[in-house]
Formats: sequence, structure tokens, C-alpha cells
Amino acid sequence: MKKATVENLAPWVTTLLLLILWQLGVMVFHVENFVLPSPIEAIQQIWANRYALLQHGLATLSTTLVGFAIAVVFGLLLGILVGSFRLVYVSLYPVLIGFNSVPKAALVPVLVIWFGVGSVPAVIAAFLLSFFPVVVNVATGFATVEPELVDVLRVLGATRLDMIVKIGIPRSLPYFFASLKIAITLSFVGSVIAEIVAGNNGIGNVMLIASSNFNVPLVFAALLVVGVMGVGMYAIFAALETRFTAWSVRGSGLEYPTSG
Amino acid sequence: MSYIEIDDVDLHYGRQSGAANGAGTLALANATLSIGQNEFIAVVGPSGCGKSTLLKLISGLVKPTRGVVRVGGQSVKKPLKNVGMAFQNSTLLPWRNVRDNVLLPLEIVEPYRSQPRSEAALKRQRADELLATVGLADFGDQMPWQLSGGMQQRAQLCRALIHEPSVLLLDEPFGALDAFTREELWAVLQNLWLTRKCTVVLVTHELREAVYLCDTVYVVSPRPGRVIASRDVPFPRPRTLDMTYQAEFVELVHACRHHIMPGSAA
Ligand SMILES: Nc1ncnc2c1ncn2[C@@H]1O[C@H](COP(=O)(O)OP(=O)(O)O)[C@@H](O)[C@H]1O
Ligand SMILES: [Mg+2]
Repeated sequence: MKKATVENLAPWVTTLLLLILWQLGVMVFHVENFVLPSPIEAIQQIWANRYALLQHGLATLSTTLVGFAIAVVFGLLLGILVGSFRLVYVSLYPVLIGFNSVPKAALVPVLVIWFGVGSVPAVIAAFLLSFFPVVVNVATGFATVEPELVDVLRVLGATRLDMIVKIGIPRSLPYFFASLKIAITLSFVGSVIAEIVAGNNGIGNVMLIASSNFNVPLVFAALLVVGVMGVGMYAIFAALETRFTAWSVRGSGLEYPTSG
Repeated sequence: MSYIEIDDVDLHYGRQSGAANGAGTLALANATLSIGQNEFIAVVGPSGCGKSTLLKLISGLVKPTRGVVRVGGQSVKKPLKNVGMAFQNSTLLPWRNVRDNVLLPLEIVEPYRSQPRSEAALKRQRADELLATVGLADFGDQMPWQLSGGMQQRAQLCRALIHEPSVLLLDEPFGALDAFTREELWAVLQNLWLTRKCTVVLVTHELREAVYLCDTVYVVSPRPGRVIASRDVPFPRPRTLDMTYQAEFVELVHACRHHIMPGSAA
């Protein structure tokens, strides 16, 4: 009981402490606000620009979610293929690793050449940054199915599809949901980078304009907004994870009498 | 006469994979076995002698490098479709409760697979009855991790038998259990086999277990595995644990042990 309360409060306390440390640092060392504004200044900026930040925040959120949704569907399908067909794994994995090593920010200008300025490059960047962990995790779930279990099913006459539906997918769900938490935060990175480089809308664009006006407090205000959105989405997917994959954390949730 | 025939079979792992100068493992050599319909046989031998490989050959999961495997008169060319299997480690699906685990084969094997949904209640009942016969009457709704190791193996036996396979392949099913639980499960397995006859191949390295349960014990040599002896077990069924301490029983166990380790004192 007491322990649970402590655990619930801990992240808030840590965040608050970090903000206080930041505030004190800025005050003690007399840092100019065009170098590093204090958190209070950043929060003041959020309030002062609340309508603009809300509008641009929602724009970023929607491009992020669209890119993320595509990444989830695409990553799930590709992960199933990579995980259940050895040939697909062998032929595709090096390409995937190579692709994931390319800095996606470098691709944004190319995307702009292809699709013009606007939210399309942001959606694509969000997608490109976030599908990889989904593929890898889903494929891992599939690839680590116990060989004995595969044998049990094969000698019952199970088809490839049976294996995928009855074993592969349920088994990789915990991996899948774990990857969603990573993927959603990477999606934000992708969309905001694209907005900074080539946006005409969204939080990234706010940051670009603010920094060209040397309005550093507003830049930090925008960063805080992205961070809060990221944590919020992460929390949503963490909740979904516990909801759908309870079986994988055996014992938790259900209290059984323990000896001693 | 014989239902499963293994006729002078070699199995060489890793030969096809392009490994140079004959590398790879000769897991089984000149294996010849003939198992009658509804016979219960046991294969004993040291670890790594190709016992699991033998089961894979029978079920068609691996193809013999040389020789032929026949089941029910048909040469086995691809995995069979109606075999029950159980292993040492629990392969129950952790996201399904015990009953749904037991029902898994009915979702795959014909004719159950294409039966209408209206049959579902009957199938559930059937799973519950089977669970009751192994002493798991009240555990259908539990998740596998809530069961002890012995109970998980009971559930695994139910899953291997629910679709009434003609062949049951058991790969050291009780190998990970403590001695008491293991002996309890011998009785459970004997009971299952007596009430629903099928051809059973039990792989084990427990000689008492082999002699207690089966009609014929086959002894396999260290790798490359060869069948070096076979012993008929004449004792009437149902067999009891007490019988395992009687002179004839102990003698037979020792004789088998002597085939595996000729040097050791019997
Ligand atoms: N898929 C495989 N590829 C290569 N070698 C294998 C494979 N499976 C088993 N072996 C080898 O074949 C031999 C027999 O294995 P196995 O049938 O599992 O023995 P047992 O079940 O009697 O312990 C062992 O030496 C093992 O290393
Ligand atoms: Mg083995």
C-alpha cells in the first residue's frame, strides 16, 4: 500500500526536482535566457502562446499518429513475414539494419523534393523512424517460439497460417506492445525533425521560427510540449500493454498467498 | 502386423547443408524397429544417442538419410497429421487456460476443425472429462503457470490425446519431475493408455519407467545410435509400483542397464 503510493509519486517528484535544479542552475550562474531560459520562463511562454501551441501541438500529434499507425501496420506485417519465413529473414535483415543505420533527418530534404513542404514529409519521417522496432520485436516473438511447440503443431497437420494465428501472433503480442512504447516516442522525433527542416505547421515549425527570432524560451516551451505529448502517448500504450498481455507477466495482478 | 516400421534407417544431420569433408552428425545408424498397432514401446539410451531423432523420423518431421519409415503401411514422406506429442518441458501456451490448451488440437485436426461452432460446448465437456481422468477436474480455468510441473505434464498428456491420435510420441515427458511425481504420472499414463488404446513410443532414460509402462523396451547405443537390444516386458497390467520392487522386475531393469553399460556391475 505505502510502497505503491511511493512508486506513483516517484516520477512526479523526480521531474519536479529536475525542474528545480534547472531553475536554480540558471539563477545561480546567471545564464542569459537566449542561451538557456529557466523552466519558469519556458512555462510562461507556454501560457502566453497557449492557443498557438495547442493548435500546432495538435497538428504535430496528428501527423505523428498517422505516421505511427502506418508504422504499426507495416511493422506488424513485415515482422510476421521476417519472423516466420527464414528466407525473408535472411534476405531482408541486412537491408533493414542498413536502412535503420541511415540518419533519417538526412532523408527529410529528399522527402521535401518528392512531396513538397507540409505534413506529408512529417508523416513519412514519423513512419520511417518508428517502424523498425516494431518489425524487430514482432519478428523476435515469432522467431523464439519453442521448437518443440512447433513440432507439436506440425504433427497435428497445422498449416503455416495456423502457426501464425495460434502461436506466433499471441506469443509476439508482449514484444509488439513493448515496441509500441518505443515506436510512439520515435514517431514524435521523426515528425518534429521533419517540421523543423521543412514544415509549415506543427511544433517543429514553431521551434524553427522561434529560434530564428532568438526566442529561446519559446523553443524550450515547444520542447516541453513535445516531451509531455510523448510521455502521454507512452502512458497510453503502457496501459494497453498491461491490458492485453497480462499473461506474460505471470503472477502480477493476481495475488496468491505466498508461504512465509 | 506391425503398425510402425523403421527399416534400416540412417539419419545424418547437417550433411545437406554443404558442410565439407563429411562433417555433420550421424545421429542414428541402421535403426530397425517394428511396433505393433496399439503397442506401447519404450526407447532407452544415453543422452544424445538419437532418441528424439527417432521420434522425429516416425512423425515425419525429419526424413531418413537412408532407409524407410512406414506408419500404417504408408511410407512417411512428410509430417503426419494426427499424432499426439508431449515433451519434457511444458509446451503449454501461457496465454491460454488449461482447458483451451487441451482443446488446441481440435482447432487443427480434421474432422474437429471444420465442425460448426455449436459443437464447442461438447468439445469443452470432452476436454473437462479428459482433464478429470488425469486428476485435473477443477483446473480447466487455471492458467498453466498456476499449475505445478507434474500438473502441467498431466495437461500436456491431455492435449496429446484429446484428438484420439493413433500414434502418441512421448519425449522424456517426466524427465524434469521429482521421483514421487514421476511415479504418480506413470500410473496416470498407464491408465490413459489402457482406456484409450493407441500406439505409444516413449523415449526415456529411466529404465524403471520404461519397464513399468511398456510392452517392449528397445535399448539404443551411444551415438551413432543403434538398436542394440530389445526386451519384451511380460508383466500383466495394470502394473503397480509394488511390482517394480519384485525380483523379476528388478532383474529386467538390470538386464537393460547392462546393455547400455556393459562394464558396470549389474
Ligand atoms: N537439428 C539437428 N541438427 C544437427 N544435429 C542434431 C540436430 N538434432 C540433434 N542433433 C544431434 O544428433 C544427435 C542425437 O540427438 P537427439 O536425437 O536429440 O538425442 P537424444 O534425444 O537421444 O538425446 C546429437 O548428437 C545431437 O547433437
Ligand atoms: Mg532428446
